[in-house]
Amino acid sequence: MEKRVVFRSAWLPYALVAPQIAVTIVFFFWPAVQAGWYSFQLQDAFGERTQFVGLANFAALFNDPNYLHSFKVTALFSVLVAGSGIAISLLLAAMADRVIRGALAYRTLLIWPYAVAPAVAGVLWLFLFAPSIGIVTFALRAVGIQWDWVLQGDQAMALVVIAATWKQISYNFLFFLAGLQSIPKSLIEAAAIDGAGPGRRFWTIVFPLLSPTAFFLLVVNVVYAFFETFGVIDATTQGGPAGATQILVYKVYYDGVKAADLGGSSAQSVILMGIVIALTVVQFRYVERKVQY
Amino acid sequence: MVENRPLLTVFCHVVLIIGILVVAFPLYVTFVASTRTLDEILTVPMPLLPGAHFWENYSTALSTGTTRGVTTGPVGRMMLNSLIVALAIAFGKIAISIIASFAIVFFRFPLRNFFFWMIFITLMLPVEVRIIPTFKVVADLGLINSYVGLTLPLIASATATFLFRQFFLTVPDELAEAARIDGAGPMRFFWDVILPLSKTSIAALFVIQFIYGWNQYLWPLLITTDESMATAVIGIKRQINTGDALTEWHLVMATAMLALLPPALVVVLMQRWFVRGLVETEK
Repeated sequence: MEKRVVFRSAWLPYALVAPQIAVTIVFFFWPAVQAGWYSFQLQDAFGERTQFVGLANFAALFNDPNYLHSFKVTALFSVLVAGSGIAISLLLAAMADRVIRGALAYRTLLIWPYAVAPAVAGVLWLFLFAPSIGIVTFALRAVGIQWDWVLQGDQAMALVVIAATWKQISYNFLFFLAGLQSIPKSLIEAAAIDGAGPGRRFWTIVFPLLSPTAFFLLVVNVVYAFFETFGVIDATTQGGPAGATQILVYKVYYDGVKAADLGGSSAQSVILMGIVIALTVVQFRYVERKVQY
Repeated sequence: MVENRPLLTVFCHVVLIIGILVVAFPLYVTFVASTRTLDEILTVPMPLLPGAHFWENYSTALSTGTTRGVTTGPVGRMMLNSLIVALAIAFGKIAISIIASFAIVFFRFPLRNFFFWMIFITLMLPVEVRIIPTFKVVADLGLINSYVGLTLPLIASATATFLFRQFFLTVPDELAEAARIDGAGPMRFFWDVILPLSKTSIAALFVIQFIYGWNQYLWPLLITTDESMATAVIGIKRQINTGDALTEWHLVMATAMLALLPPALVVVLMQRWFVRGLVETEK
């Protein structure tokens, strides 16, 4: 789309884009190029000498069982977060779409977790599930479940999945609700006249019409689980126990900041950038399809 | 409503109420813990009704913070830092994005598309994937432990630029024509026509970006080594000791309430703009 009427100036448009472009170059492109450059280098333990090693950092990563394990952990984590988040919020949105009385109150009471920082969400759930004092831990003990995520990897995973999903439900809920409200009522009414009950109508009419929204949310939730849950992990398990919740982003941070392995961390950054690019392409190709619908 | 099924309606309300209770449960327990003494919290199971130490805990947290184990400084200071950072990020993003998309939509100039794509590509470079080099750049510029270092690297915004571009493309050409005939230059047109028309988009973006700025975690964690520059979100993390017993949970929970209240209030009170901003920035 182009505008017909445009202003002319030799310098003004450049001055207007300059701040955004300057920030972009200094804090986005330059660091990204450097990450690429470091990923081909090996640094000694004191950071004094560097040596060009070609693809050795990448080769080392893919031979490192910890890194491959981190891939598996990330995949499991994002499937659980996206899957449970989408399922729960679709249920709530379908219910909220039906009720008339109190609709706004329900919406208000369901959207506030969006405002909670991932790290704070992690702390809230950490407190509930704390091994010695947590109230949920106490309840679980009462029904015979020994809860100690500090030692048990799968319990630590459950904790971070719950905290991450909890924060994301409101986002999904709003998009599903908007999607539900844009479905023409005449379709639903026609099906009702033909004798289809609420369940049948949901699965044969509403759900297929919602599938673009669901797919969009799937991509967004995977991106969320991959990148934005850093705070949840760092505030709760810090990747432990024994790497059971060490997602890729956390490993980049850990190897780069805590273990000071610049080359290895940069190589991981480059791989992650590849994943972001792939996800963004999927998202935008899909958005174009949505426009044609 | 298509048909009247009272039982189904009751079922809907029940599911929604259960959902709300489950979602609110962590917040409630946090609030209860923030009104109790540490000893009361450490008894298993902890009491589930608010206690009598609301003012005591909150004023201790705000004025001195935790003192056992790690000292983290007063939470009042952290809240102020968070507020400054959130406002600077929200206004900074809106300001540089609105002028950039104004230039891209209303001017023809060489490299126009190149600039647009440059901004677009930043979507693919989240801070999490380029932490160490970005940290080095900021350190080389001497911006560690400063508000500029906390905010400037985060204010480039592809989503805000897109949103304004989409909106500007819907502004009728006749408006710009009329402005030109009346002898208004581009900046006059921007101030008197475009900016007033963009009010709702700006409000919607403000809500989203304020929350984004307030909730930043990884970046402040790296860039603030001085406790007086810490934001509320990372302050909480620093208050938690390893081992449940050493942590002053009553103060941590008061801090958590204080850290989540401002953005939650923004969402609830500016709900209309929030919903709009959320749905539109993702288009």
